[in-house]
Amino acid sequence: MQINPHLGISQLNVHIGDQQILKNININFPNKAITAIIGPSGCGKTTLLKTMNRLIENSRGVNISGKVLINGQNIYDDYVDLTTLRKKMGLLAQRPTPLPMSIYANIVFGLKLHGIKDEKILQEKAEKYLRIASLWDEVHDRMRDPASKLSIGQQQRLCLARGLAIEPEIILCDEPTSALDPISSKKIEESFNELKKEYTIILVTHILRQARRLADYVVFMYLGEIIEFGPAKEIFENPKEQLTKEYIGGLIS
Amino acid sequence: MIRHKYFKKLEEQIFFGLMKLATVTILFGLLFILFTILWKGIPNLSWEMISQKPQGGFYMGGGGGILNAICGSLLLGLGATIFGLTLAIPIVIWLNIYAGQYSRNAVIVRTALDMLWGIPSIVFGAFGFIIMLALGIKASLLAGIVILTLLILPIMVRGMDEVIKTIPKELHESTLSLGATRWEMATKVILRKALPGIVTATLLGFGRAIGDAAAVMFTAGFTDNIPEKLTDPVASLPLSIFFQLGSPFEIVRGRAYAAALVLTIIILVISFLSRLITAKYQKHSR
Repeated sequence: MQINPHLGISQLNVHIGDQQILKNININFPNKAITAIIGPSGCGKTTLLKTMNRLIENSRGVNISGKVLINGQNIYDDYVDLTTLRKKMGLLAQRPTPLPMSIYANIVFGLKLHGIKDEKILQEKAEKYLRIASLWDEVHDRMRDPASKLSIGQQQRLCLARGLAIEPEIILCDEPTSALDPISSKKIEESFNELKKEYTIILVTHILRQARRLADYVVFMYLGEIIEFGPAKEIFENPKEQLTKEYIGGLIS
Repeated sequence: MIRHKYFKKLEEQIFFGLMKLATVTILFGLLFILFTILWKGIPNLSWEMISQKPQGGFYMGGGGGILNAICGSLLLGLGATIFGLTLAIPIVIWLNIYAGQYSRNAVIVRTALDMLWGIPSIVFGAFGFIIMLALGIKASLLAGIVILTLLILPIMVRGMDEVIKTIPKELHESTLSLGATRWEMATKVILRKALPGIVTATLLGFGRAIGDAAAVMFTAGFTDNIPEKLTDPVASLPLSIFFQLGSPFEIVRGRAYAAALVLTIIILVISFLSRLITAKYQKHSR
């Protein structure tokens, strides 16, 4: 599809115990665009996402074969440093996960891990990314308050800002709005539309309408396989595979 | 339908009544104990009691106090708690972060700790005594601390463990995704999040260590003096209470209640202080 994909996967198979969760995944994600991964629950969407920053390795009895390539480098090579790898990938989880510290400490947590100590730089970056996540106006006068005091929607935007602050190239989102109210969801979605100019975004979602609203490309997965991958318009308006048609039409879920 | 509703309501009322009954029974028992200690302890409590070592014939009604036991118990209790903490924290981190929360090794360790929790303290004392005999060590402060540490380790580890287990997996994953190593995640996020639980588990451990008589009977010994080094034998409040209660003299038995009161106050003060100190951090750990 393109010459230098940021993020590509080739012949990826994942087993957990004796169950095969992902079957022969081959895909090149388009750069600087939102790719939505859709499919019924248990189809392997989240597992696929977690192979991309190697969080999958924390599951018990997991067996991975194949390659996940970031800028042409296989992240499963022995010499890959996890910290450096994960700096390239921001993760936005299903539910907000504020760290047990102040709002400010949440934002700069990742930066400090990566060795930035200059208080001035930290403050500048905190402001910059809180603005991008459209949270700055709501929190700038109470940065020392515990993050857990924020509303759920604010917490999720804080997590987005926290992930962006480490300046990743790719943002992985695992149903990031499923715990949020409609207004907070809308804010997150608006941020994504801005962010895709700079970042490659992979969005796992079970909300078809969200994929319709946001995605430039869509991956449809079923029982651990990629059934169809293409521009969002094509997938939604003119799917080639029967299964995709049925899922989009609401026949399988 | 109406009949069904009526029974549901009755069922709830019966169980609510049982809950109240259980709570009141326990409360009554505890208050009764506390009241007895206060009632009999206060008249016997004097400055002399808590500021002096026992003088000649103390256990037959002579002068002096229980300073030896107060100092001894504080040294034993605090020593075992500090020792226990330095062992429990790494074990809990290993159980939850390195071993994999539900891996086979973690399950084995948890089961072992749960079993150790149920073993009576006299068995710990006897076990320590056998080892000390084999090695030719006499009853001492150090031996007492070591045995008490073993006694409270299961409580501390499992108490902390249960709290850390409830921390959502997503928090682990988000922290790792920011580029934290497992060690950074454990020390900067997980322990912080679990701080109130860690404090509670530590206090439970301290309470058991300072209140236990059987484990220290063979291992720490008893003395009228305040220990000057780790190899000296050491007195403890529970044993002091035990010896005084066994006395045929009324005044000595009365002093036992004063000693019990002192022990209760020590536990209360330490609990209060540690809650106060951690309150500062606690607002972030919810």
